[in-house]
Amino acid sequence: MTTHDQDTAALAAETSEGVQEMAPRSATESAELLLEQGAVLRLPEGVTVDPGDFNVEVNPDETMIINMGPQHPSTHGVLRLMMELDGETVLRTKPVIGYLHTGMEKTGEELTYLQGGTNVTRMDYLAPLHNELVFSLAVEALLALEVPERATWIRMLMSELNRLSSHVLWMATNGMDLGAVSMMVYGWRERELVLSFFEKATGLRMNHNYIRPGGVAADLPPGWEDDVLAICDAFPPRLAEYDDLLTGQPIFRERTEGVGVLMPQEAIALSASGPILRSTGVEWDLRRDMPYMFYDQVDFDVIVGTYGDCFDRYAVRLNEMRESIRIIHQVVERMPRGDYRSQDKKVTPPPRARIDESMEALIHHFKLFTEGFKVPEGEVYTAVESPRGELGCYLVSDGSAKPYRLHIRGPSFANLQTLPIMLRGGLVADAVAVISSVDPIMGEVDR
Amino acid sequence: MALAGAVLALGDPLFSKGVDGGVLLIVVGKAVATLALLLASVVLMIWFERKIISDMQNRVGPNRAGPWGILQTLADAFKLFTKEDLLPERADRRIFRLAPYLSVVPAFLAFSIVPVGGFVTIAHHRTQLQLADPPVGILFLLAVSSIAVYGIMLAGWSSGSKYPLLGSVRASAQMVSYEAALGLSVAAVVLITGSLSTRDIVIDQHGHLAGFLPNWNVLRLGFIPFVIFLIAGTAELNRPPFDLVEAEQELVGGYFTEYSSMRFGLFYLAEFMNTITMSAVNVTLFFGGPDGPWFHSVRWLGGIVWFLAKTVVFLFSYVWLRATLPRFRYDQLMDLGWKRLIPLSLGWLLVLAAMIVSRPWGFSVVAGGLLFVALLARAVMVGRSATDELAPGPVGEAG
Repeated sequence: MTTHDQDTAALAAETSEGVQEMAPRSATESAELLLEQGAVLRLPEGVTVDPGDFNVEVNPDETMIINMGPQHPSTHGVLRLMMELDGETVLRTKPVIGYLHTGMEKTGEELTYLQGGTNVTRMDYLAPLHNELVFSLAVEALLALEVPERATWIRMLMSELNRLSSHVLWMATNGMDLGAVSMMVYGWRERELVLSFFEKATGLRMNHNYIRPGGVAADLPPGWEDDVLAICDAFPPRLAEYDDLLTGQPIFRERTEGVGVLMPQEAIALSASGPILRSTGVEWDLRRDMPYMFYDQVDFDVIVGTYGDCFDRYAVRLNEMRESIRIIHQVVERMPRGDYRSQDKKVTPPPRARIDESMEALIHHFKLFTEGFKVPEGEVYTAVESPRGELGCYLVSDGSAKPYRLHIRGPSFANLQTLPIMLRGGLVADAVAVISSVDPIMGEVDR
Repeated sequence: MALAGAVLALGDPLFSKGVDGGVLLIVVGKAVATLALLLASVVLMIWFERKIISDMQNRVGPNRAGPWGILQTLADAFKLFTKEDLLPERADRRIFRLAPYLSVVPAFLAFSIVPVGGFVTIAHHRTQLQLADPPVGILFLLAVSSIAVYGIMLAGWSSGSKYPLLGSVRASAQMVSYEAALGLSVAAVVLITGSLSTRDIVIDQHGHLAGFLPNWNVLRLGFIPFVIFLIAGTAELNRPPFDLVEAEQELVGGYFTEYSSMRFGLFYLAEFMNTITMSAVNVTLFFGGPDGPWFHSVRWLGGIVWFLAKTVVFLFSYVWLRATLPRFRYDQLMDLGWKRLIPLSLGWLLVLAAMIVSRPWGFSVVAGGLLFVALLARAVMVGRSATDELAPGPVGEAG
């Protein structure tokens, strides 16, 4: 151990994140080493492994531990990867997280159920409506509250639009990570179409707090059908352009095909979900397999890949956008008339006009927004298919107006665990492609 | 050929009557003018690149400094000058300071052998519009571009940091291996011209081929050396899609990650100077330099206009490549260089040499025929693989 290594070790030990850092091989336990190499997926506690069984001939003087992130340009926010490199070949990887930890789950316990939406919407900032949706579904399940049909269809419309905007942004960042810089701007351009509709409908481009327990915050704006259909018409030709720019591009194919391969068993064992899982060929989409809202009434295909490599993950997302457009078309056709939020006075505040006329309405409104509504004791887990996979919300209520415990199962968090396996044996350039193909949103990972 | 040979032997007529004060003054003037021209074109090129790429990406691009943002580069350069010059603690100080100059000086030197126009007469001295015309012109070019590798390699190595180190390892491997392909495609030009001087190469391309086509090397050599030169040149420049050396998404900034202020500016300057030089050399070697098919006898200005026009076409193509293509991976880059470009250029060089030896006057027709067959074969191959790719269903089947 050189003096520099000792200094580093001493510094690392002083910080709470020190234990998360990758240590030289000599200072790493064998079980940990195997995990970092992607040689094992999980080790039950208490199981010891003889490192000799898996020992790779590595001369520690010839390898280099490199720190990618949290300020690296292509780690999508503040993901930090520590990698041991032999030349440019990745020998082992360790994702280090926690740089965007804001304590949102804990904050959720201090906010009423009505305020909760403003909190969860900031977790996965590229799919805020899915976060609001899963939280609202959980609260409604505890309340045993029936949501009007129109509200549910609006929720489906918005969540599919959100899937479009999220995937298209992924296309952008994926292109950029592979060096196709124009793709980035095109992706942002298409996302703008969706965001301007969101702005029109919800008042904000992100962090909408639009889907709330009991329904949605406001009815769709007049002329929404034309806006939505315009998006649906604009997207397919643009997706065909992406095909031209990337799908058929030999360099892009070479950079993504066979890179970061994940087997279906590995994906399942690591609880990967969403496009990562589907790219391996496992047909698992909560919208079809555990239908929520009215997804069982619309017609769409679950897109799966074959090889579980970066290209499959790209293709799955690209085609999922086409499926989302299919769903949106059906939603527009079937959108019923009626209430956009529940008429249950316990949950829904009185309409704005009533407040001017009636003292009771004013008091009711005031109470609802200061104290909130009480939710019966109990616990519930709801899950929706967010653009990144299974987004779950575990909610415990003690009968008060605030959650006793709020836990969000962020798909990015689980998906990040696949990194050591997918990066094993790849090059640094592959690492960038793989990180990008996982589509981690750090706000959701750290919460 | 015999007549051409007589012209070739002359060199720059400036020195034919001995060297006096006037001649010296002209040489110094030309050197200053070349540097000024190169710096001005770098300023314009950076602006041009940013504007074109903005157009391709639905953006506005620089539009604040000067009309159409044309002064943006000057503003950036001024900003760079005023920045703090950081020296990393673990850097090898002397080499760290030296490296930018190793990069920028060869970039300037390389341009000196490029003929930008025909002949002019300044104060009764007839001279060519070219800073230097050494008899070993092309070898000189290859030599200084090899020195530029040291600039990049040493910059990364002396930074004392991991990402620049990876960048410099990539740089040395990439630039050395692509120099082989580059040199072999240049050898084809030298083979047909019989001279290493750039002026001779340009003069040799005057006239017409088969009556109406320009007698340019790109046609005479059957495209392949030109294509190889274009690809290898792009790799030599570290421009996309071969910009692994500075791949921002992978290596943060590559070899110049630790550089700041004007030292970084020098690398930036060198990169764009090299881009311009490479385009100019491409024009010189394969597109007749200042030679224009309908224009070459008008005036000396005509040559410069043609030269600039052709160069801009190549500069545009570099920008276009950058806007379109993803980046190669390190091993794929090496595969392309060693397994495809070098064998191809070597093979083509042998074919050319055989034809020159056997049929000194008619080989371009044969080369054209061979090219046609090769292109046809390639077109069939591409067509097949394209239909395979377009067929529905390898990915994304419905579940």
